[in-house]
Amino acid sequence: MANIPKELMYAQTHEWIKKDENGHYIIGVTDHAQALLGDIVFVDHKEVGEYVCAGDDVAIAESVKAVSEIFTPISGEVIAFNHRLEEEPELINTDAFGEGWLMIIRPSDESELQDLLDSEAYRDVIAEEEH
Amino acid sequence: MESKTALYEAHMAAGGKIVDFFGWQLPMHYGSQLAEHHAVRRAVGMFDVSHMTVVDIVGPDAQAWLEVVLANNIQKISEGQALYSLMLNHQAGILDDCIVYARADGRYRMVYNAATFEQVSSWLKQQAQSMSVRLTWRDDVSMLAVQGPEAMTVLASVLPQYADALVRLKPFNFIEDETHFIATTGYTGEQGVEIILSHANVLALWQALLAAQVQPCGLGARDTLRLEAGFNLSGQDMDASTNPWMANVGWTIAWQPKARQFIGKEALLSLNEKEQVPLVGLIMTEKGVLRSQMPVYLMQGGEQVGQGVITSGGFSPTLGYAIALARLPMVPNAGAEVRIRHRALPVTITQPAFVRRGRAVHQPTT
Repeated sequence: MANIPKELMYAQTHEWIKKDENGHYIIGVTDHAQALLGDIVFVDHKEVGEYVCAGDDVAIAESVKAVSEIFTPISGEVIAFNHRLEEEPELINTDAFGEGWLMIIRPSDESELQDLLDSEAYRDVIAEEEH
Repeated sequence: MESKTALYEAHMAAGGKIVDFFGWQLPMHYGSQLAEHHAVRRAVGMFDVSHMTVVDIVGPDAQAWLEVVLANNIQKISEGQALYSLMLNHQAGILDDCIVYARADGRYRMVYNAATFEQVSSWLKQQAQSMSVRLTWRDDVSMLAVQGPEAMTVLASVLPQYADALVRLKPFNFIEDETHFIATTGYTGEQGVEIILSHANVLALWQALLAAQVQPCGLGARDTLRLEAGFNLSGQDMDASTNPWMANVGWTIAWQPKARQFIGKEALLSLNEKEQVPLVGLIMTEKGVLRSQMPVYLMQGGEQVGQGVITSGGFSPTLGYAIALARLPMVPNAGAEVRIRHRALPVTITQPAFVRRGRAVHQPTT
């Protein structure tokens, strides 16, 4: 049974998003995604300061198996990247919803969140995929 | 075809992520192929290699037959020893690689790949028709590899009846009795053994090794370990369309004794070794992973002066950067690069071996 925390929002493309105490949004990839990717060895990412649109690829995860693009669920400015991933990209595998977070975005349009999935809807997405 | 080894349930119980491997249901990993890789380099790991093909060879012409089908010379080994060899076709293309063991009373055992089972088995049967030799494929046995610096110690504790014999066993040798065939061979670049035993006995051995803290390792780690060691994968780094000089295995051809006629010899003699595009090693210290079939460009003064291709590529867990084997022409003073996501990334050409005894063979300058 996949781990899908109830308090987060999700994108179809297996990213999660949550608001932090400053009104910014933290994003990462889900536990389901990291299991599909396998051991991650490098993470390439957009620079802090760049503006991104919802659906843009903001990072690339190179795993032993493959290369995968990671997309931002919302538009805004990249204000931080999880620097621990430089030396420890495997944090995405071991703690996808916690220490494996990817970046923080200052949102330009919070209404975009309405297009995202709650944990139940994301659970359905995974169930669909497994057929 | 969907075959399961005798350890299938054990793999499931250990959390194995099962994939199809040439018709065999085998674990890719048991949670983390990186952790499994490190376990083999630092301690000890075990691999279910029961999908490999085992064929026993007996008969008055057994040795003579092997002198014909093997490009290496079976006369080099005596009883209790093993030989690594290629099997070539008449065009000197590589049908497969194998290890042949010289057993008592003029009998031999050959182990070759699962991937080539159909083609190579037909080939061997065909070649055996004209000689007095009998081939028996052993699908009644399982095979377990135990590899790593602590492998021999663990084995002595789990199989104490062989402890003395194991201590004396040199690399590429073997011992056998009615229940266990234990060879100091392997595909990881570490010390260790490959054990052939009945399906009935392999589960107990697996569980005893598990209890001794041996890490189960899947196909993912098997591949990263052999790549670090610079070992070819038949069907990927070499195949029927490549001769030994294109695959860094020219050293396995035995030209002595001159009178020995082996399959592929005439074709080899008609080729110029120096004109063959060699298999080299590549390392890349930029962030990224080198992958099979990626083109490699040779550049000089901003101009492309040659091109090659990666045959096997990946991330080296021991070294922390990408490594690859590539078929690449040698152009003096040219630099090499790959192109990943529209960026040209430099790669260093090295010998095709990256880790020996747990250490880097080549020290990168960046």
